[in-house]
Amino acid sequence: MISANLAAIFYLVSGILFILALRGLSSPDTSRQGNYFGIAGMIIAILVTFLSIGNFSTSIVYVIIFLVIGGTIGAFIAFKIPMTAMPELVAGFHSLVGLAAVFVAIAAFLNPATFNLGNVGDIKLASLIEMSIGAAVGAITFSGSIIAFLKLRGIMSGAPITFSGQHILNLILGIGIFVLIFYLCKTQSANIFWTVIIISFLVGVLLIIPIGGADMPVVISMLNSYSGWAAAGIGFTLENTALIITGALVGSSGAILSYIMCKAMNRSFVSVILGGFGADNSTDKKEQKDQKPVKSGNAEDAAFLMKNASSVIIVPGYGMAVAQAQHALREMVDKLKKNDIKVTYAIHPVAGRMPGHMNVLLAEANVPYDEVFELEDINNDFANSDVAFVIGANDVTNPVAKTDPKSPIFGMPVLDVEKCKSVLFVKRSLSPGYAGIDNELFYKDNTLMLFADAKKMTEDIVKNLE
Amino acid sequence: MEIDPFIFRLSIFILSIFIGYYVVWSVTPSLHTPLMSVTNAISSVIIVGAIIAALAGTSESIFNTSSIFGFIAIILAAINIFGGFLVTQRMLQMYKKKKDKKK
Repeated sequence: MISANLAAIFYLVSGILFILALRGLSSPDTSRQGNYFGIAGMIIAILVTFLSIGNFSTSIVYVIIFLVIGGTIGAFIAFKIPMTAMPELVAGFHSLVGLAAVFVAIAAFLNPATFNLGNVGDIKLASLIEMSIGAAVGAITFSGSIIAFLKLRGIMSGAPITFSGQHILNLILGIGIFVLIFYLCKTQSANIFWTVIIISFLVGVLLIIPIGGADMPVVISMLNSYSGWAAAGIGFTLENTALIITGALVGSSGAILSYIMCKAMNRSFVSVILGGFGADNSTDKKEQKDQKPVKSGNAEDAAFLMKNASSVIIVPGYGMAVAQAQHALREMVDKLKKNDIKVTYAIHPVAGRMPGHMNVLLAEANVPYDEVFELEDINNDFANSDVAFVIGANDVTNPVAKTDPKSPIFGMPVLDVEKCKSVLFVKRSLSPGYAGIDNELFYKDNTLMLFADAKKMTEDIVKNLE
Repeated sequence: MEIDPFIFRLSIFILSIFIGYYVVWSVTPSLHTPLMSVTNAISSVIIVGAIIAALAGTSESIFNTSSIFGFIAIILAAINIFGGFLVTQRMLQMYKKKKDKKK
């Protein structure tokens, strides 16, 4: 048994280790070390908790059993999950954090004496507010992440679900939660506590269903942020420094990522939350479709073009991941490099389904990270390059975003692919991307469309490069 | 007048938000996915609350309503802790190979 003061110092240490864990991610070289700091912080926090309770009755055996069960499931998932499924995995994990927050809050409400919060029916006012906010945010995180998970998995359609009065309903429910928490403080009634949690579950669902598939990177980041605030809320209840620090870190991390994603799509945070994007832009796409001529080619043409180039920029998108073309792509790049062709990769911030998703997929295919560049670092290079190879990306290359103020994606930062001497565009058909708009790039003189499955086409090009 | 301990915790909280702000902006964009999975893992430090709740049962009744919620929360948080750190490790491992791959 260690004193509360000593325990608090150890919790501070683990909080600092968590800060170092995030700090390590500033470069791939230090990132692994950072992860070890994080693991160390977690071990310290858990050990200190055991020591500070000092209750080594049979309960502890069960605690360890449950810990091992959870750990085994977690480890199993971590090793099995394909990298393309990272967005779903992260959404799923967020839901678990949210639910854990709800359960801890419930446990604290039912047995406040254990946590030094007073007694049943007479919980300290501040603790009651903190735990109900923690529980509410946790519940929103849980149900919201479940919806995000279902949408990402494709179990639920990615199309936004909207109905009239939706925002007003959300607003009323949101205010309702605050009013109920106010009454909870006055009456200490368990029923009100349960109602707060149930309404929060409902709010989580309602908040995420109107958001379309294209906005998923924002949604995941946002839920990441919520899970942090929920943890911080519980941290205040438990008067635990490690939890407060972590909650604040995670909360601001998610918020920053949401901001980055919104900016990359030129959407305001509010408009993402209000949802409905990608639902109705069908009018202008019909007009143009049939008249404009498109140049299309085959793998042989593509191989020829690239062989005679001196520099090639690859622009991968989520379509590449869906087709599992990343390994074939790297094979192609290896062939090109043998011919002394300079190859780089250009990644748009929202190229995948979550922040940094495309980088992970390329890393998985053994692409060295120093060949992969972010939008702002590589955009000027397109003008000096011979070939841009667009594979599975669409909206992020659309020049309309720079030229047509009427376009829904106008103002979104895009890759200046059209400035390349020639553009190879691998795509199944001329269908528009997530934003539901036609890509002008298809009809440019220097664009050669390669209509095929991304993986198959890349493999064919590899053969032709022999 | 004495300062309420809540104010101290609030100070820690606000300062940590600032730390988070600056630290996260310095994270390289190519590591944003590992950032999410690791934040996921560390936010599961909520397990400390779950352990306190779970250990609150007496030796006669290890499982009462409150401790059962604690036990379930332990499983949920443990999935996250192990899953989060391991999947992060797996991803970061892939960012390793740099020059030794040019054979």
